[in-house]
Amino acid sequence: MKLALVRFIPVDTDIPFIRVRFIAFVASILLMIASAGAFFGLGLNFGIDFRGGTLIEISTETAIELNDIRDTLDQLPLGDVQVQAFGGDDNAVLIRAETLDAAGGVAVLERAAQIGLAMPQNVVNRGSEDDEAAQQVVSAAVRAALDAEFAEVDYRRIEVVGPQVSGELVVAGTTAVVIALVLMLVYIWFRFEWQYSVGAVLALTHDVIATIGFFAITQLEFNLSTIAAILTIVGYSMNDTVVVYDRIREKFRKYKTRDTAEVLNMAINKTLSRTILTSGTTLVAIIAMAVIGGPALEGFALALIWGVMIGTYSSIFVAAPLLTLTGVKRESGEDGAAAFVDNAP
Amino acid sequence: MLYFSPWKTGTIIAVILIGILFMLPNFVPAGQRVDAAGEPVGVWQTLPHQTVNLGLDLRGGSHLVFEVDMEQVREERLENLVGDIRAALVDAPIIPASRPAVVGDQVVVRLSRPADMEEALSRLDDVNEPITTASGGQSFQNTLEITADPDGRTIRASITEAAFEAIQSRTVQQSIEVIRRRIDSTGTTEPNIARQGADRVLVQVPGEDDPQRIIAVVGTTARMSFHMVEANVDPGPDGQGRTPPGVSIFPTEEPGEPYLAVQTRSLVTGEQLTRASSTYDENGAPAVAFTFNQAGARAFGDATAGNVGRRFAIVLDDVIISAPRIISPILGGSGQITGNFTPTASNDLANMLNAGALPAELTPVEQRTVGASLGQDSIERGQNAIAIGFALVIVFMLLAYGLFGLYATMALLVNVTLLIGALSGLQATLTLPGIAGIILTIGMAVDANVLIFERIREEYRQGRTVINAIEAGYDRAFAAILDANVTTFIAAVVLYLMGAGPVQGFAVTLGIGILTSVFTAFVFSRLLVATWVRLARPKTLAI
Repeated sequence: MKLALVRFIPVDTDIPFIRVRFIAFVASILLMIASAGAFFGLGLNFGIDFRGGTLIEISTETAIELNDIRDTLDQLPLGDVQVQAFGGDDNAVLIRAETLDAAGGVAVLERAAQIGLAMPQNVVNRGSEDDEAAQQVVSAAVRAALDAEFAEVDYRRIEVVGPQVSGELVVAGTTAVVIALVLMLVYIWFRFEWQYSVGAVLALTHDVIATIGFFAITQLEFNLSTIAAILTIVGYSMNDTVVVYDRIREKFRKYKTRDTAEVLNMAINKTLSRTILTSGTTLVAIIAMAVIGGPALEGFALALIWGVMIGTYSSIFVAAPLLTLTGVKRESGEDGAAAFVDNAP
Repeated sequence: MLYFSPWKTGTIIAVILIGILFMLPNFVPAGQRVDAAGEPVGVWQTLPHQTVNLGLDLRGGSHLVFEVDMEQVREERLENLVGDIRAALVDAPIIPASRPAVVGDQVVVRLSRPADMEEALSRLDDVNEPITTASGGQSFQNTLEITADPDGRTIRASITEAAFEAIQSRTVQQSIEVIRRRIDSTGTTEPNIARQGADRVLVQVPGEDDPQRIIAVVGTTARMSFHMVEANVDPGPDGQGRTPPGVSIFPTEEPGEPYLAVQTRSLVTGEQLTRASSTYDENGAPAVAFTFNQAGARAFGDATAGNVGRRFAIVLDDVIISAPRIISPILGGSGQITGNFTPTASNDLANMLNAGALPAELTPVEQRTVGASLGQDSIERGQNAIAIGFALVIVFMLLAYGLFGLYATMALLVNVTLLIGALSGLQATLTLPGIAGIILTIGMAVDANVLIFERIREEYRQGRTVINAIEAGYDRAFAAILDANVTTFIAAVVLYLMGAGPVQGFAVTLGIGILTSVFTAFVFSRLLVATWVRLARPKTLAI
């Protein structure tokens, strides 16, 4: 018995990608403007990694009304506290409190003493020292208040990020993305030519901005994992772009006299099947992560799903067509990478 | 491209077998593999026995970052410097000068007679010592920068940047040692205590789900001292009472007495303790028993003998934890502190006194704690997501490439084996984002195979023979595979270098996954295809 193989896309496509490049450019520019607008208009929903503050995830044997938790915490002057159900099972509840300054910490300590909460001694002793200590007061006070009100609270997760660390993480995250982009630019320059590396990095920047826009519009939490997701998207998109570029370079050597747009189009079509397949396998794996991986991985997976799609789009509609504008050199057969392929047995 | 010499084939198979060996322990329950002390038993003594090292977010535990208060250290150093400079100037013959004072980061002193400048500078030169490095050696550079103002009378001394960095290194190092002794004494297994950045200490304690307990142990400086209470000085209701020289006011933990005035000079300090232990007093309340060394015992004995009927205060980190009345002289050099202790607190305090005081105050600046239940939950979900993702990718590949898809699937299987084997062997830490990295690797790893198969398909349709098409496919796809993976690898490396904790775990699995996927796609799947070509001698290619 012979099973027919599934063709996810038709053999030998000849889709005029390059002809529609200006439509794609306009679409991309609109996407950039929309992303920038969302970023400045809506802002990002920063998690505590970047904003500082306290995050506590609890679960209980029997469900507690969220309003009861809110009422319990409202006894304390904690500022803006968000209480939300998390993930459905185990009656999990997520509590987020904002960063307090030293004076705020003192106010919480005083109130906790008034209503007779059992605060840890070291928090009482040191809680009024500075802004960093105030964050410890918040997490300890939330815990003490919940323990006083409800039975058998399981603390699944407690995260406290002080104002200083959160500031540093913002810098480190931004630096990481910029360094990655620069390194890729250098690598592509080294392996191809500067025209390619300009195209590739513009495409990557496009992906990064579109992803930030995605986070602004969806208001998904933007945290350290998001930086990991953005860098992964950068890597993935680069991966896609390099495959197309590699084929473009090969076709340029083979068809020295043909029109640039025609050659670009041929290369994109030749690699299209691979592009779709790899995007497909990557997407099914990430969708499995989004659906099964639980709430902790969900935001990360959603970002990757968006990123794989935008990265695939940008390789075809941004990175390759940009070569018509950067004026790529046609006699590129002499560089090291090309020679390697040509001389292979 | 399709010929593999026997030794090459052997090497490939050996690499895979080694990967399997390193992966295997993960599927054997710990009880059959290692004894209670973590030492391998039976056959595992000769085989790799380590499993993947789970991060705190998966096994549960507390991750805390503390900052060492270097400003406090700097102030103390400058205060000491004031004393040193004064001592140097009052040495006979006395050089008349103002009282040295701390101004900003400098100690400033004004000489009464400009003529003394040369002698004063030469004396201060003796105060200026070479820098003691973190390893205890001495550097050629000096700790102080001493300058004379143009007015010919003012001398400024400051601690040099290099000296301060050395002090910082030593302070952080000493803090780590004290923290380690303290945490070890609480009976915690496998704590990880390490320096992070210039002035931070990372403390990771698996299994501890109450971070406040660690903060109580680490965040307490545990500088203890004994002082006489000044009953005649009114501390005021808010501790703002007027104090004569030599008297300080501290908050207390005694009920009904929010503040007490005590003599600033201490009778004895915690450094003169030889041993402390937690115990119970005659009423059954938790207490801490202590023993002084000889000098401490004598000083304490003298002080208590001369002050029967008065009270003394036990001050711990600027808080009076107890202020008992002296009923009779305490001559034996031992006693006990009865404060408002819980049994845990008295135990922790005894441990801290035994481990010694921290050289500076440590403040928690970041804290991430995961309970064991959530960790277990994450592991299960992660495993399921890996399994389902894996199955979906396999289906996808089989549908698209048939027999070649099967080879790609086998390559993927080997890939995951090598990835888990490498994680176990290298003892890299697997975090929840690390699991995400594995899932992502599974999705992306087939890319290399896809590139090759697509190329083979293309070459074959252009009229090449089966063998030629396969050769050309592997050959021509190589450059693209290399470039594509190097770029992703760059992203993983940057993430590893810049990232923290869990995110690093993601970078590790992503990075190792890239290496193993290049190996499995380009070497292992090629071996499979070559073997198939050699044995089946196909005339046509169903791809």
